[in-house]
Amino acid sequence: MLKIENLHVRIAGKEILKGLSLDVKPGEVHAIMGPNGAGKSTLGNVLAGREGYEITAGTVDFGDQDLLQLEPEERAAVGLFLAFQYPVEIPGVNNTYFLKAALNAQRRYRGEPELDSMQFLKLVREKLRVLHISDDLLHRAVNAGFSGGEKKRNEIFQMALLEPRLAILDETDSGLDIDALKMVAEGVNHMRSAQRAFVVITHYQRLLDYIVPDYVHVLAEGRIVESGDKTLAHKLERQGYAWLDERRVPERSPA
Amino acid sequence: MSAPLLQELERGFAGLPIAQLDAGGLGASRRAQLAAALADGLPGARAERWRHTSLRALERRAFSPLPTATQADADAVASIPGPRLVFVNGTFSPSLSLLDGIPDGVEMTTLAQALAHGDARDVDFLARRFDAADETFARLNAAFALDGLLLRVADGVHCPTPIALVMLGATSSGDAAIHLRHLIELGEGARLTVCEYQLAASAQTHLVNSLAHVHLRRDARLDHVRVQNEAATATLVTRTDAVLGSAADYRRIDLELGAALSRHELNVALQGNGARVHAAGVLFADGRRHVDTRLNIEHIARDTACELNWRGLGADRGRVVFHGGIRIRAGADGTAAQLSNKNLLLSPHAEIDTQPVLEIHADEVQASHGATVGQLDDAALFYLRSRGVPEIEARTLLTLAFCRVVLDGVEDGALREQLDALLSARLPQVSA
Repeated sequence: MLKIENLHVRIAGKEILKGLSLDVKPGEVHAIMGPNGAGKSTLGNVLAGREGYEITAGTVDFGDQDLLQLEPEERAAVGLFLAFQYPVEIPGVNNTYFLKAALNAQRRYRGEPELDSMQFLKLVREKLRVLHISDDLLHRAVNAGFSGGEKKRNEIFQMALLEPRLAILDETDSGLDIDALKMVAEGVNHMRSAQRAFVVITHYQRLLDYIVPDYVHVLAEGRIVESGDKTLAHKLERQGYAWLDERRVPERSPA
Repeated sequence: MSAPLLQELERGFAGLPIAQLDAGGLGASRRAQLAAALADGLPGARAERWRHTSLRALERRAFSPLPTATQADADAVASIPGPRLVFVNGTFSPSLSLLDGIPDGVEMTTLAQALAHGDARDVDFLARRFDAADETFARLNAAFALDGLLLRVADGVHCPTPIALVMLGATSSGDAAIHLRHLIELGEGARLTVCEYQLAASAQTHLVNSLAHVHLRRDARLDHVRVQNEAATATLVTRTDAVLGSAADYRRIDLELGAALSRHELNVALQGNGARVHAAGVLFADGRRHVDTRLNIEHIARDTACELNWRGLGADRGRVVFHGGIRIRAGADGTAAQLSNKNLLLSPHAEIDTQPVLEIHADEVQASHGATVGQLDDAALFYLRSRGVPEIEARTLLTLAFCRVVLDGVEDGALREQLDALLSARLPQVSA
């Protein structure tokens, strides 16, 4: 489903991802862990198509498409979703209006009929019920004045509504209390299916107690330096990231 | 040698019916104001208050001040609920107006009627002299205006329904100079909502020079919405002079969406202790349109407050000019003044000039002001796109959102939705 090969990415001339490869198949949940500055958020942003990243080498295939050739809105329409680490506050744009515009734009792109207001609201009610989210966030402006927990809840709600094929959660657990964390995990677990995949980017093992991954990868210095099953996450929790130093491939010294 | 614009007006003045000009004993005052306007001419490049709005193209044009017979289609005002008073090219239109449903204690009439029948008290505000050399348009208004809205709300009366004032422009033979003078007066503790519309029935090329007086007595509250959606060929010069008594509350929203040239001067005198004004607006200039709004808020009494929140949008080769002047006079202690002017530059060829000016002569005041000119927020744009919203739609959505905050102050939900729909319809599809 998602195949990243030898991805090299620079920001403002500085290389952040240095040959990252990852293969995600439908139905799988991959956790990507790593210390601060390893390039975790860069990965999520590059996949979603944010500007300001220079891709110097490597390929990213999503299904049979070259993901890097698509605009951000096209990536969404073909089934990619990024849950933001810092969801953006947009005063003046009503949450419901925004979601309807987003969903219908995706459906137009895919050649599916748009939903009218009644159909859309029915879908919204259904998702809210499943996620145990109150409907007051519908009437507010997108993330405006939301608490940290409410913002993440809104991300999960959007994910549930847009039903992506691949969801990337960029440190969705950061700054969350245990109840909000459980809610996020429930949302993800509820959506797990044989057709859908998740990439869960996190700094801490805690979230992975609730979203049990099939694979755990350690990202350090712009590369995946270790991969394993969920026990790797526990090892990281016990030992921290310091032991990784010996795993790093030394940089070539400047000539 | 005065400009063709003034020459034509002078010639036209001689053609106006003397009986109307002299009504209310105003003849001498009208002639004096015209003479003063002709003597000082139109404000030129050196007039500080007109520094960013050039009248050089306008002054070469000729506009006839004589009334023109024009018919306008009822469609243009169909969506505006009554009671409404409609003027077509400056002439009261009984057929388009809806005068039913005006509650007791609210007196609504036209200036022409008051001049024909009224006692001097009704029209004494027309005798006001404008002394500054650059008040040419106010002087011309004082000389020429024979019609307008007179609206008085008695002490303690709360008018439950909004009252609409509609100034409709329509094409007629030749370019006309249209002068209207309005008075809105609220007695002690009175409450009223006025919706003022400046609209086009067709692509007219007239000059509309209107002047409104707002008087709010103690504890009165006026909600005043002004929608300016004129033809992109029209020229508008608008002035509003408001005087607020103790604890009076003036809440105003201006949507400046049309006209080739639109200049609005909003002067508010906070004369009574505890008076407050909340004025917000959207200034939108696209095509080659020029939109100029000039605020002049005078804090005269103690514990007065102003909250000013204005948003500007410059698209294509449009030009937005904003001057936010606040003066806190000596003795106006306890004053709170806040001005925010944010602008979006949507095209590299658009221009925005913003000038917040805060002048403080009192000791105990809280005052803040800020002005910014920028572009759409990249982070917000990416967020919307990452959910599937195409870029052009996302830009349009954010542009509308940028302006929409101005409507937050409108308490009447139906009115807010109507204004929101108007903004949505008028604001551009913004390309990258």
